[in-house]
Amino acid sequence: MQKKTENNITVFSSGNELHLIAAGSILNFDSAAFLDDLQGRMAADVTSVKFTADNLEQWDSSFLTVLYGAVGMAQQKNISYDIKGLPQNVQDLINLAYAVDRKPTHGGGKKLPFIENLGKTTLDILQKTSDVMTFLGQTCGAIGRFFTFRSIMRYSDFCAALEDCGPKAITIVALISFLVGLILAFVGAVQLETFGAQIYVASLVTIGMCRIMGAIMVGIIMAGRTGSSYAATIGTMQVNEELDALQTMGMSKVDFLVLPRLLSLLISMPILTMLADFMGMVGGAFVGVFMMDLPYQEYWKYAFKAFTLKNFLVGVFHGFCFGFIIAICGCFSGLNCGRNADSVGVATTQSVVRAIVWMIVATGIITVICMELGI
Amino acid sequence: MSKETVIEAKNLSVGYGDYVLLHDADYQVNKGDIFIIMGGSGCGKSSMLRVLTGLIPPLKGSVMINGVDIAAAPADKVQEIREKSGILYQSGALFSSMTLAENIMLPLQQYSDYSPQTMRELAALKLALVGLKGFDDFYPSEISGGMKKRAGLARALALDPDIVYFDEPSAGLDPISSRNLDDLIIELNRSLGTTIVVVTHELASIFAIGNNSIFLDAATKTIMAKGNPKELLKNPPNEAVYEFLTRGEKRK
Repeated sequence: MQKKTENNITVFSSGNELHLIAAGSILNFDSAAFLDDLQGRMAADVTSVKFTADNLEQWDSSFLTVLYGAVGMAQQKNISYDIKGLPQNVQDLINLAYAVDRKPTHGGGKKLPFIENLGKTTLDILQKTSDVMTFLGQTCGAIGRFFTFRSIMRYSDFCAALEDCGPKAITIVALISFLVGLILAFVGAVQLETFGAQIYVASLVTIGMCRIMGAIMVGIIMAGRTGSSYAATIGTMQVNEELDALQTMGMSKVDFLVLPRLLSLLISMPILTMLADFMGMVGGAFVGVFMMDLPYQEYWKYAFKAFTLKNFLVGVFHGFCFGFIIAICGCFSGLNCGRNADSVGVATTQSVVRAIVWMIVATGIITVICMELGI
Repeated sequence: MSKETVIEAKNLSVGYGDYVLLHDADYQVNKGDIFIIMGGSGCGKSSMLRVLTGLIPPLKGSVMINGVDIAAAPADKVQEIREKSGILYQSGALFSSMTLAENIMLPLQQYSDYSPQTMRELAALKLALVGLKGFDDFYPSEISGGMKKRAGLARALALDPDIVYFDEPSAGLDPISSRNLDDLIIELNRSLGTTIVVVTHELASIFAIGNNSIFLDAATKTIMAKGNPKELLKNPPNEAVYEFLTRGEKRK
């Protein structure tokens, strides 16, 4: 007869029968090590397992874990087991744990084989592309309905969205653009000073801000500030089933949620871009006049000389396109959000990343077109 | 022999700021009770639960959990009480980024010294006890509402609590799932000896599981009745309690 005691659980075999005897207090018991050992002891010659606990005083879930594991092993190896020697409530709990044998049929984070995974990923990409195209089509339809006065867009929503992405964004846009103008002037000044051409800092800042930098800075600020807020708001509506409610009421989600946000950004972005251009030039002037000791009037003379309507309009057009991209990315991410707390965070991040990536792509396309057209 | 008191509310007022939902409530919950907090919508049932679990302080009076005033106790004492309490929220309140096993292991990681393997085994046991054997690696989004509640209960049981609170356990469940959950509550109460506090207005559940209760009344902002729900139905102390327990029938 071999005997082995683990804290207050004794295991020994008698013939073909394995005995587990529990006594005293079994609290905070390390069931993992015990069960590993027990696995080895349930050898081929064991035909039955008997559980006894006549002198058991205190126990907690760790004791139940041992019994649950041991019974599971016995079941797996087709070994008969007897738990009648355990207290009635412990028996009840073990029976309860094994009462429902509902086998999970899906999910559980199972990994797919490579080929199946590849196919699934391809189908996902195609599905997402199709979703984006459908959404763009629905948005165009909504714009069409708006201009033909058939849209169900609420004007109060439009005004609230316009206020949020217009007047409320002015301070941050002005501050950041001022600082970007200032940085641009500093960086330029170091180089231009070596040629004694520091007066051209005015031209550098003006052309840089008006043509592209102003629009890009506004785009990045608004993608982080407004696009993410669109995704979070609409995503939370998805979690709260508000989007389902809209759909079952037969109302267009795009008309109701996307259109006011899109229109407000299309209006506010070009205006904010103009503000950014101006504030960037002021930032440049601050460096030129106060730090490089350039005459104030001279600085502005060169700045206005460099300012052309062509550059200005290219910048404003960039702002308009960026507004479209931010609204579409924010709303699309929100509308395709999952139904739990995590997915709102994911949708928000996606909206910002998508907007920035597509703004850079759009800038590249517009630059190439402008070059071809000689603008 | 009188039973050991685990929860004792004395002169308790519940509300938010100047808004009082319930005043001067006195009641006791004994060890091993299945205690029902019932009443119509807006009577302060869930707020009472928030006071019992120490999420909001009472406006007045005290709540003693195992002899400790939860509102006045130092943080380490409150923490100790919380370790010995489990809560099942209406939706299960599972963390969506974690699997069911990870959800259950979270309090174990925080408050126990078990090895990771033992924690996994404990999580598997708790899931099996609530009828979710084999669902360890599932995410909350992959299971139904009823299963989420069961998994939430498994998490509430993770630390072998003395008291388990349930906030509207039957809400949103079909009658069979609701009945199964009631049976599970009774079984766990009987086998583990856990004291159960249930906030609900589901009559079927109230009569099936409750052996002690209080009835909160929104109009008078008081506890209008106390006792075994079945006894209250037999001898209702007033019209409001009778109407509530009979789904709006008038006494002849």
